[in-house]
Amino acid sequence: MKSSIFTDKFKIKNSIKLDSGELIDSCEVAFKTYGTLNKKKNNAILVCHALSGDQFCSEINPLTKKKGWWNILIGPDKVIDTNIFFVICSNVLGGCMGSTGPSSINPKTKTNYGLKFPVITISDMVKVQEKLVSALGIKKLFAVIGGSMGGMQTLEWATRFSNKVNVAIPIATSYRHSAQNIAFHEIGRQAIMADPVWNNGNYYKTRGEPKRGLSVARMIAHITYLSEHALQRKFGRNLQNSNFFSFNFGTDFQIESYLKHQGSSFVERFDANSYLYITKAMDYFDLSIKKGGLSKVFKNSSVNFCFFTFTSDWLFPTSETKTIIKSLNSSNAMVSFAEVKTDKGHDAFLLEEPEFHATLKGFIQGQIGIHRV
Amino acid sequence: MSKNLRTDLFVISKLINDKEKILDVGCGDGNLLNFLFKTKKADCRGIEISQSGVNECVKKGLSVIQGDANYDLDDYPNNAFSTVILSQTIQAMIFPDVVIKNLIRIGRRAIISFPNFGYWKVRKDLFFGGKMPKNDILPYEWFDTPNIHLCSLKDFEIFCNRNNIIIEKFICLGEKGNEMMTNYFSNFFAYQVIFCVSKKKKN
Repeated sequence: MKSSIFTDKFKIKNSIKLDSGELIDSCEVAFKTYGTLNKKKNNAILVCHALSGDQFCSEINPLTKKKGWWNILIGPDKVIDTNIFFVICSNVLGGCMGSTGPSSINPKTKTNYGLKFPVITISDMVKVQEKLVSALGIKKLFAVIGGSMGGMQTLEWATRFSNKVNVAIPIATSYRHSAQNIAFHEIGRQAIMADPVWNNGNYYKTRGEPKRGLSVARMIAHITYLSEHALQRKFGRNLQNSNFFSFNFGTDFQIESYLKHQGSSFVERFDANSYLYITKAMDYFDLSIKKGGLSKVFKNSSVNFCFFTFTSDWLFPTSETKTIIKSLNSSNAMVSFAEVKTDKGHDAFLLEEPEFHATLKGFIQGQIGIHRV
Repeated sequence: MSKNLRTDLFVISKLINDKEKILDVGCGDGNLLNFLFKTKKADCRGIEISQSGVNECVKKGLSVIQGDANYDLDDYPNNAFSTVILSQTIQAMIFPDVVIKNLIRIGRRAIISFPNFGYWKVRKDLFFGGKMPKNDILPYEWFDTPNIHLCSLKDFEIFCNRNNIIIEKFICLGEKGNEMMTNYFSNFFAYQVIFCVSKKKKN
């Protein structure tokens, strides 16, 4: 495992067979760890990031110089206490923060993959993570945890590698992407592909990146991460610069300015092709089509589950999680679930939510006792 | 450990055999489940409506789902549990009849406890005081009470008979949660009752 300037890297020697049937050679996984692996090697927690996340879940992100995306939850004496746990977080396959993805150099052609990169799935991402976890000498993870797409990976771990996971904590997620979710992703992808700079994915050596398209994609997606109530509370109809309408198509409202900022800051750290591949992977995700239905997927599962949803999350509503719980109940699985009251929408899983953090902390404490960490 | 357990819950715990599979509907802070897990090696699950309750349960390592017994019992398969417990909650259900039928569908038997509205002091409050009865387990005012479907021991017996529900056993408790020695005039003297019921087996 080698260290580059900003991240650790693990190279998978053998080629990996993807769900699409294609093989991927010399796959690299960029990752970050926090805390120390104990002697029994039973204190490892794998943190799975969401669509726009990365391996820097705690401390300061060395690239953006901002706090890691789950710094609020992970660190010494925090809910996921790095004095106790060894936390692993890796950039997903298809990502753009050091793991092999469409912006990586194809070892065969010595040029960027672009759209030559094979289409990937959530289970492909998890297969790659499993190689990393094994390489770190961990036979069984104490826990896998993640929100949104990270929750999909968590569910995939709990079904595909159920014997390698003690505890699974899927947050604000679902067993499958709904039609509405796919629809929003497709608009995002169309925005990227409509940007002339995108050039069929060949922009790495040309005039720069399809920033306009990617930023529109991010703006659309960002609305789905919030709730109407939170938008109204934060922005209302407030004007950005003056007390008067500009009577042109510049930025009048604060909400417009906010979305533009979300878009423009996102394009500085994210690759447009990665966005296409990762959103597609989420759209393909559906545990219910595996092995004859959702309840069979979880049959005889020894994993201890704890689900969280948020009342104002309309992207991954509570009803989706309840469908999973129903299947888990009929499989006699160990499952806990809490629905957190908040108006912050889907993004609540990343934010200060005392009730969510308290219950999560309690659950982890309870499981420490059971699994003798 | 039983010292920490409410006396009526301790009486319920004595009805549970070793290694049973239990669902506690409205399990609160999980004290009964935790007690059954530790003393009877029971395989325990819970449903609790409040987040603080769920929090206390998961802290104890219990598997508990935040949910509403009015709606979420439908999600459980038939005969998934050996015993389903509903303590001091039936009177607050929107559709108690549906809930009871669900309990004996999910579990091979159900243990249901509730305050007896036929208790003599309750009758006295209404008869002499002319006011809605209040006591330790019915502490609310008429306008803010969650107890919308109160019944007496007799009402419950009639309900069971009409709905082909077998009453395996009932235990009467006094005001201190103590088990009463005799069931003599129980609808008059019992402060609380605990019913063990099951569905009639089809021939």
